Amino acid sequence: METFLEEVNKKIHGVPLQACYHCRKCSAGCPVASHMEYNPNKIIKMIQNGQKDKVLSSSTIWLCLSCETCITRCPNEVDIARMMDVLRQMAIEEGRAAKEANVLKFHEAFLSSIKFGGRVHEMLMTVHYKLKSGDFFSDVDIAPSMFLKGKLALLPPRTKDMKSIKNIFEKTKTK
Amino acid sequence: MKVSYYPGCSLHAMGKEYDLSMKAVSRALDIELKEIEDWSCCGASAAHNTNFDLSIALPARNLIAAEKDAMDVMVPCAACFNRFKMAEHHLKADKDLKARIEGALGAKYQGGIAIRNPIDVIYNEIGIDALAAKVVKPMTGLKPVSYYGCLLLRPPNVCQFENYENPFMLDKMMGALGADVKNWSYKTDCCGGSLSVSKTAIVVEMCDKLMAGAKEAGANCVVTACPMCMANLEMRPSPNMKMPVFYFTELISLALGLPDAKDTLKSHLTDPQPLLNQLRLI
Ligand code: SF4
Ligand code: SF4
Ligand code: SF4
Ligand code: SF4
Repeated sequence: METFLEEVNKKIHGVPLQACYHCRKCSAGCPVASHMEYNPNKIIKMIQNGQKDKVLSSSTIWLCLSCETCITRCPNEVDIARMMDVLRQMAIEEGRAAKEANVLKFHEAFLSSIKFGGRVHEMLMTVHYKLKSGDFFSDVDIAPSMFLKGKLALLPPRTKDMKSIKNIFEKTKTK
Repeated sequence: MKVSYYPGCSLHAMGKEYDLSMKAVSRALDIELKEIEDWSCCGASAAHNTNFDLSIALPARNLIAAEKDAMDVMVPCAACFNRFKMAEHHLKADKDLKARIEGALGAKYQGGIAIRNPIDVIYNEIGIDALAAKVVKPMTGLKPVSYYGCLLLRPPNVCQFENYENPFMLDKMMGALGADVKNWSYKTDCCGGSLSVSKTAIVVEMCDKLMAGAKEAGANCVVTACPMCMANLEMRPSPNMKMPVFYFTELISLALGLPDAKDTLKSHLTDPQPLLNQLRLI
């Protein structure tokens, strides 16, 4: 049977995680390491140890900002940013509850907006996110001032060829 | 020169100041922009965080549309630029992926056009000397730190900028406009943009750190080239930490004395007009 390490490596499709010699440069430069349940290099160790459950249910994978600092500085070109993408996608495909649920809900609201019009409409997306997350009170002070400044378009922008957008979503669907 | 232009969603809404000033500056510098026909969103972080193939297919749709015009494509938003470059990188490296994506799009990807950010276009095609020669109103008294953020330059093998740890193109441009550019060590630090809405507390902390760094460097404003950085740096710092943030194109517009240069300053969430008034720059 394929180990967790092999599974992740296959999906990263680049430098294998075994190239990591745990110098921790990635964790030292990661801007959110102090908020994460496990540091980026700890996640690599856990993957090597086959701790799939712990990794995929950790807050780490949802707090990673995809800022690409880790891969930029890794002496072995281990692509941690891509690894985090792979882990998030695995967690979603396995139907695991995201430890940072609102992060995933925000992504879902954003993608629904593209599905609906081909482009993102900030206002509709925000409403959608608030409905999903139940977080009605954040940023209520900011929205009106954006309206007054003409920053939020009233009409959703649209891509004309919506059939092509629908196709993209359908054909790239994972499950 | 003439380029294809990909505004992206933000430049039509939250980042409209960037779109307007970008167009004005391009006109003044003889860069003709042709908007990509019927473009769609690049998917941003939402796509690559959840579905790899989708994150390649969405920018690829736009790249293929731009290929019809066979010109370099200029992408002002750092976040979109990054997704375009990522798509190019993976499509060129992985044949199976390319076949899957072309299947989803029902079209072929040639990979023949260059993806460029306006910082690179203005710095390398127009040049610092030509820019300086057009300045009619030097930005005297303005002390910006330049903020490149993360997605424009990283990862380096994908974004292909030299000096990705200590970039200087924006600094040189601001210097050419007569500004007293301050040096600082946060040029490429992340501001937390992708978690701005869903994990606000962490992002407030990150933005405060950036603003503290800018103040320590003696700056009175920040210059950026990304609508996400702009929104984040204007909205998220604690009230006592805020300072004006400009798109680099807004400052070029002012320094070149372009007709509507002042218009975009009115819709900022952190009002930069008092500072510019005080310095007699508007
Ligand atoms: S920087 Fe690279 S080698 Fe060092 S711990 Fe991180 S992944 Fe491993
Ligand atoms: S990409 Fe993620 S793991 Fe890497 S440094 Fe940035 S936040 Fe940390
Ligand atoms: S990154 Fe942002 S601005 Fe760019 S196309 Fe995507 S959503 Fe729109
Ligand atoms: S918004 Fe923040 S996270 Fe996004 S590119 Fe700009 S610096 Fe990076």
